[in-house]
Amino acid sequence: MTAIDPTVTARAAEAIKAPKEKYRVNWVQTTLLALGTLVVLVPLYFAVSMALKSDRQAASGSGFAWPTPIELGNFKTAWELTDFPRAFGISLTVTAIAVVGQLLVSSLASYAIARNWNRRLFKWSYFYLLAAMFIPFPVVALPQVKLTSLVGLDNPFGVAVLHILFAMSFNVLLYTAFLRSIPHELEESARMDGCTTWQVFRKLILPLLAPMNATVGIFAFLSSWNDFMMPSLIISDPSLQTIPVVQNIFQLKFASNYNVAFASYLMAMAPTLIAYLFAQRWVMSGVTRGAIK
Amino acid sequence: MSLTAVKEAGSGTVTQPPGPGKVRPRKAERTYYLMLVPAVLLFTLFITLPGLVGMFYSLTDYAGFGDWKFIGIRNYTSMFGDPRILDSYWFTIWFAVVTTVVVNTLALLLALGLNGRIKWKTGLRGIYFIPMVISGIVIAYVFNYLFSNAVPQFAAQLGWTAGETSLLANENWAWLAIVIVTAWQAVPGAVIIYLAGLMAIPNEIYEAAQLDGAGAWRRFRSITFPLLFGYVIINTILGFKGFLNAYDIIVGLTGGGPGTATMSVAMTIFNGFAGGDYAFQMANAVVFFVFTVLVSLLQLLFVRNREVNLS
Repeated sequence: MTAIDPTVTARAAEAIKAPKEKYRVNWVQTTLLALGTLVVLVPLYFAVSMALKSDRQAASGSGFAWPTPIELGNFKTAWELTDFPRAFGISLTVTAIAVVGQLLVSSLASYAIARNWNRRLFKWSYFYLLAAMFIPFPVVALPQVKLTSLVGLDNPFGVAVLHILFAMSFNVLLYTAFLRSIPHELEESARMDGCTTWQVFRKLILPLLAPMNATVGIFAFLSSWNDFMMPSLIISDPSLQTIPVVQNIFQLKFASNYNVAFASYLMAMAPTLIAYLFAQRWVMSGVTRGAIK
Repeated sequence: MSLTAVKEAGSGTVTQPPGPGKVRPRKAERTYYLMLVPAVLLFTLFITLPGLVGMFYSLTDYAGFGDWKFIGIRNYTSMFGDPRILDSYWFTIWFAVVTTVVVNTLALLLALGLNGRIKWKTGLRGIYFIPMVISGIVIAYVFNYLFSNAVPQFAAQLGWTAGETSLLANENWAWLAIVIVTAWQAVPGAVIIYLAGLMAIPNEIYEAAQLDGAGAWRRFRSITFPLLFGYVIINTILGFKGFLNAYDIIVGLTGGGPGTATMSVAMTIFNGFAGGDYAFQMANAVVFFVFTVLVSLLQLLFVRNREVNLS
């Protein structure tokens, strides 16, 4: 990240804004790329077609054939087997706490760091947090599991807390880089008008942070919703597991109900896929910002 | 300390953010401490402390419960004689290297393609980025069925005998399935980074090169690739570090098998929960941590040198 010239981002922004030139479409390239999408689409088609098959059709053939008859009952069975509403509710709670928590905790900490850079405590906190980017979860996992169960956090809430803390390093890096580019004059005039630091943060800084909040929020949503490693290790009560983890019943208990399993997989993928369909442009620009900062 | 902090919080002037050359008071306003300190303390409690406790236990014979005593570095020495552990390191490094190369090659090609003069740019990009939002374990389950049922059936129909046994059951080649699925999921993220880099290269350079008679390959080699190099490094660093922690996709595909052929380091560490070799696996975790840090430092050093060369 340090290798990138900061002007690059500015130029990238210009390139996006520049009026579209008319060019001769390269049809060979377009065709190749269109064919290439099959790599993405075929597994997804496969999942859909399996999910809609009857028990008999699912048990025979390679699975690519279009389902006849279409068996929507698989979704109902999957819904019941995985206790979908409960798993969904737990995943949603974990994700919501993780997203809101990451946004708040990281932006507040970064603001304090960015505005007190010449104070030792703040500067060192920054490097301390950054250094922790080197720590992968597997390294601290075993003692962490002991600790969370010791303090009564071996539950979805504990997972959300860990999501917030583990993401802090990267988020603080993003936020402080952005906060340093915000001119101080704005804040000074707000303080002249008698705003406290909290008020300055809430009314001035938070709105200015909107693009970074989008980036952090998207990463938080995707990584928290899709996480498998942490909930599977931290949450001790199987009935409190998240959506990705409960899918393992189709590997352990119902290993031959392929059609039901795929219906369940589709339901597990649905929330992020739907969110992506509706906010595609937003997701992509958010991820790009995170990548080049 | 708290008294002075309160006093300062009350007076307006101290809170002024510093410009260059302005004198700052020694203590910051209390609000700033409230914003930072609790978060850092929680971070220390839940991440740093477990790390230190783990290091401590790696010097004992703790089984995860009951009594324990110090045994010095015996866990470490026996680690290096344990073929299970050594194999998991070889597998993880091999997997991470191959996946990094595969992902970056494909992502660079795709980014060049998607940045070119094509029709349906937004739509095509939209499709290629889908894998990014799907959960690793779930997509691994989908591919698991593809590899173990659909592909062998196809192979049987085509009369391709080698393809009739599942790739996942092949001790020598199961890693390839894991590379394929990991790449399927990781390529879009890398493409986005490369696209950002490509869009930052001004068009005039290409036009000038074209006027000078530079062909497509020459333009890529002499303009695109050097200017994208910083992005290649980002993708390599981010990707490699992530792939070293491979877990979800392996669990969904092979569960570490056949045998222990695709056990990653993360998976062996997690075995410490069940196997009663808690302290031993903590030693493994410490070694893995040191290894990760060394790799990251090496990569950063490489970036440093590169920067010097460029300027």
